[in-house]
This record gives sequence, structure tokens and C-alpha cells, in this order.
Amino acid sequence: MGKNRLDKLFNQQKEEVLSIYITTGYPKIDSMPILVEALANLGVDFIEVGMPYSDPLADGDTIQYSSSIALKNGINLDKYFEQVQYVRSKVTIPLLFMGYFNQLLRVGIDAFLSKCVQSGIDGLILPDMPPELYEKKYKATFEKYDLSLSFLITPTTSDERIRLLDKLSTGFVYVVSTSSTTGNVTAFSDEQVQYFKRIKKLKLNNPTIIGFGISNREKFLIANKFTNGAIIGSSFIKALKHAQNIKTTTEEFVTKIKKG
Amino acid sequence: MKYEVDLLGFYGKYGGSFVPELLHANIKELENNYKKIISEVAFQKEYYSLLQDYVGRPSPLFYAKRLSERYKTNIYLKREDLNHTGAHKINNTIGQILLAKRMKKNRIIAETGAGQHGVATATVCALMGLSCIIYMGEKDIKRQAPNVARMKMLGAQVRAVSSGSKTLKDATNEAIRDWINNPIDTHYIIGSVVGPHPYPEMVTLFQSVISEEMKKQLMDKIGRSYPDRIIACIGGGSNAAGAYYHYLDNNKVELVSVEAGGLGIHSGKSAASSILGSDGVIHGSLTLLMQDQDGQIEEPYSISAGLDYPGIGPLHAHLIRTGRTKVLYATDLEALTAGFLLAELEGIIPALESAHALAALEKINFRKQEHTVVNLSGRGDKDMQAYMEYKNRKKDGKK
Repeated sequence: MGKNRLDKLFNQQKEEVLSIYITTGYPKIDSMPILVEALANLGVDFIEVGMPYSDPLADGDTIQYSSSIALKNGINLDKYFEQVQYVRSKVTIPLLFMGYFNQLLRVGIDAFLSKCVQSGIDGLILPDMPPELYEKKYKATFEKYDLSLSFLITPTTSDERIRLLDKLSTGFVYVVSTSSTTGNVTAFSDEQVQYFKRIKKLKLNNPTIIGFGISNREKFLIANKFTNGAIIGSSFIKALKHAQNIKTTTEEFVTKIKKG
Repeated sequence: MKYEVDLLGFYGKYGGSFVPELLHANIKELENNYKKIISEVAFQKEYYSLLQDYVGRPSPLFYAKRLSERYKTNIYLKREDLNHTGAHKINNTIGQILLAKRMKKNRIIAETGAGQHGVATATVCALMGLSCIIYMGEKDIKRQAPNVARMKMLGAQVRAVSSGSKTLKDATNEAIRDWINNPIDTHYIIGSVVGPHPYPEMVTLFQSVISEEMKKQLMDKIGRSYPDRIIACIGGGSNAAGAYYHYLDNNKVELVSVEAGGLGIHSGKSAASSILGSDGVIHGSLTLLMQDQDGQIEEPYSISAGLDYPGIGPLHAHLIRTGRTKVLYATDLEALTAGFLLAELEGIIPALESAHALAALEKINFRKQEHTVVNLSGRGDKDMQAYMEYKNRKKDGKK
């Protein structure tokens, strides 16, 4: 392992890892660096920094909405990397690019990953990256830049395929809590808990982080019983929608999750 | 066959399956089952018998005498407009509904642009007694009102999509999300040769009945099984794929694909996806699509809702990039003009989509002895409002 900040985090911390997702360019075009600094100061462990996409297939209504607002606000890749670079000079928290494969393909995989490293991104989450193609064509490039790539697993993923995705993932394995697009769930069902138990039993090589539908402290704590932590997305984006002051809203939100 | 998919679902460099893991199990189930199911004798028998007795196939191959005289050549129309529901779309929905039944799916979802695929899906769902949900862009709901009414009468629920450009692209996104959220009981009937593998291949096979019939019909009419040229419009490209399929390896047949030029291909208002496009991923496949420098998919424009799509099927991207097909475009105005010309000369009102294929006749230098087939993919009843608005504008002396 190199000096990747995400690897360092998981080497030091195995429990209750808290990650927050934000949409770059939302609610305002320059909100992202403010949010990243606030989240880092509040002790959040890593941040999924979403780059809005016109056709976000894996996202539910809330994140889709934030993406469309951000694109209307004028966010683009140049501004995204500028903002990452700016905030990287102030924080050491691991930052992950969350986006879609076409955003990399358009720029060129090597060129895109090089920009990630230059601006201070530590890894990527690409829901529509095909694992077979990644192994064949792109894995070496990700390794060259020491960038992590976390594959998603879902309740419909077979044990055999989970092993494959664990083998290909670096950083952590993203455990999607439900067979559903983000932000659709209010409480964990028995089926979901069974699924978390199945994952825990598999004793994967990578740390595991649960995402999709983590909306409150109770669910965060349940998630932590089975995995190394959780990612909160939609419910934080919802909180930002009505925020008078995004810093205060962020403080209140994270405190509620961490301390109840 | 040089134009078949490889094991990962690629036509050359195009195609594949770029879908979130949330969809992987659904797609895999389909991929693992569909070839086996559709090659079963019982399936084939039921499929062809429905095509004959319910759809009304074979669709005629009509020698368009007056049109031929005008262009000083031989032009034939493959009359997909005479199919039940008025377009080629039903060839595919019949196939997919039989597949869905055998895979024990009882809930059907589909996207639609012009509403032809929505109607064809609602129709087969009624026929088989399955529940049906159609996703349709808000903008398309307004401009294709007759088809919305038909879908509702057939018992389908039409869900309006208000994201993005509010057209076919966004309706497809919503249908895919629905499938993600309903992985067990639902089959997604994609209407074109787009989407993740195996959809492009599967829809092409179901539409290939068009060229299968053409071979026999041409043999009867001109004493050989192939024409010199086939012209078809392409949005996603399902009618073109079907009309080309059995001729892909016959280089004596020139294949011409006509894209929607909208207000002009450099006007910023068009859907000429391959002409203006570059390599990118849309709806789970790598193909040619209209996008900006960041890979954001652009909002297309065409008067024809069925062609108003920013990408093309991966088979077409491969055919274009290998030089097998030739691409032309027709603007809104050229398509409208061609629609009126066909009505006047042959007594046939074409769908605006098919009118784009007809408009290409103006752009080709024909030889007298040649035989050209135009795939008349659908009928124009749904487009009467657009045709009449155009006529009234012309009468008022405006453009």
C-alpha cells in the first residue's frame, strides 16, 4: 500500500467509520469546499465528493435533483477539480470521486485519473464500471496512480460475485443496503439484516461500508454492527435543501449522527 | 457473421453492459435465459403464429410506382406501417412478452418516445393479461396525445417523466430505475436496439423478421433475394437493424441510415447522434452519442419523438465506424415535405420517423435499374397535428 489517505484511515480505524456524500455545486456552485472543511472539522472520516452527471442511473430522486441543480449552477469538471485542489490544501480527510464511467471515458481514463491525483482525490466510486472490463483494461492504471476503486455489492449479488468484487476492490467494498435506488428506505427490514449478516460471515479482504438509505443514528449504529461504517447521502442532501446556513446545518446533522 | 456480439456483448468496440451492480442480477438472468428460450420450437411457433394472426405479417413489400417514376429508379416500401398498432415496434414486444411469460415475470415496464413502443407494449400486455407501466417524457406526452390515449385504453399506466429533457432518454432512465427497484417480478421491454447487452442483440433478432420477409418478397418480385439499397431512419435504430439484419454480410446491399437533422445539424437543435456524436456510454452501452466535453449527455431535438434520442444502438455505431452503413440526415422540414409527397403520390401517410427515411430519397443519385427498399417503419396518424401545423404555416406563406 502506498500513501493513499483512504488506506491510512482504514489501517488506523476499523469501526464506526462515517462518510458523508455531497454533490459538488449544490446547493450553491461554491458550496463543496465549505462543506468538506466543515465535515472534516466535525470528525467525519471520509467524503464522497459527487460530480453531477446528466444521466445518473444509480441515484434516487434526491441526489438526481441535487445533480440537476448543480449542473444548472454551472458546475463542470474543471471547476470540480479546482475546488478539490483548493480544499485539499486545507484538509487531510480522504476524498473520493463519485460519478459515472462516461465522465472518465470522455476525458480518457489515464488523463482523468491523473487529474484526480493532482487535485488530491484518493479514490473513486463508479457504480456503472463493469468489473470484467476493469480487470482487463483499467486496473493497472488505477494502481499506477494509487487510487482506490470501490465496487458495489447488493442483496442480489451472489456470494461468488461478492468474492470477485472484493478481489477487485481497493479501499473498501461498498455494501448497498437495498435492491433499490438511493434514499428509498425508512428502516432496515429483517431481510436487510440477514443480508448484512451474510456479508459479515464472508469475512471479506476489504473493509465494508454500508450505503443507501442510512438516514439516522439508529441505522448508522445497526450498520456498524456488521460492517466498518456507513455512508450517508440522500438525507444529508435533503437537509441542505432547506439550509439557511450550510455550516450550521452540517454541524447539527453530523452531531445528531455521531452523538444522537 | 462479422456483425455479431462477442462474449461480453460487444460489437467491435461498441456495446457491453455498463450498468450499476443493482441491475446486474436482472440482466444476467435475461442473458442466461433468453437465447435458450427463443430458440425453443414451442417459442418460435407461438411467436410466428402471433406475428401472422395477430400482427398481420408478413407485411407487404409494395412497389411504389409513382415514387419510382419521380426518382427515376425502382423503389419498394416495406410496409411496417400496416402492422397491428401501426409500426414495426410490435415485432419486438410480441417476442419479449413471450419471453417474459416464460421467465415468470408478471409486471411489464417500458419506455416510449413517439408512443409507438408504448402502444405496442400495452397491446401485448393486454393480450397476455400482464400489468403494464409505460414511462414517457412530459414533452412527448404533449406531442403524441393520440398514443397516450391508446395506451390508457389498453389498460397501461402512463407515468410522466419530468427529469432532464423530458423525452425518450429520460423516460429510459426512469424505466431502468424502476427495474432496479423491482428486480424480481418485473421484465423491462426495451423498445430499441439500445441498452445493456443482451438487449441490442435480442431486439435486433426480434426485428430481423423484416429482412427475413424481404428476402422472399424480393425473390418473387425481382428474381433475386436482395435489393441494391435499403434506407431506414435511425433514432435508437430498431427498424433499421431489423431491415438490415439478413443483409449485413452481403456487401452488394448498400445500407443507408437516416438520422434526424432537426433544425439543421449545426443548429444545436438536432438528434443526428452519430454525425455529431463521439464514443460514450448511454443506458448501459458504449456507443456513439451526443455529449459535451465533460461527458454530460446532451439534450437532442427532433420534430419526430421517435428519433429524439441522443445515441444510437451499439450495432449501428459499429456498422457506421466500419463503413458498412452510410449515414445521411433529414431535417424537420425535409421530413415533413417527404411525408406530404408520399401521401400525394402513393396515398400513404407515413410516421414522421419514416418520413425521415423517405426524405433521403432526395439525397441519393439513383441508377435506373437499381432496386431500393425504404423501410416504412410506421404510419402517420399520430403525427397529424404536426403535419397540419406545417401545412397551415405553408398556406400562410411562412416557413
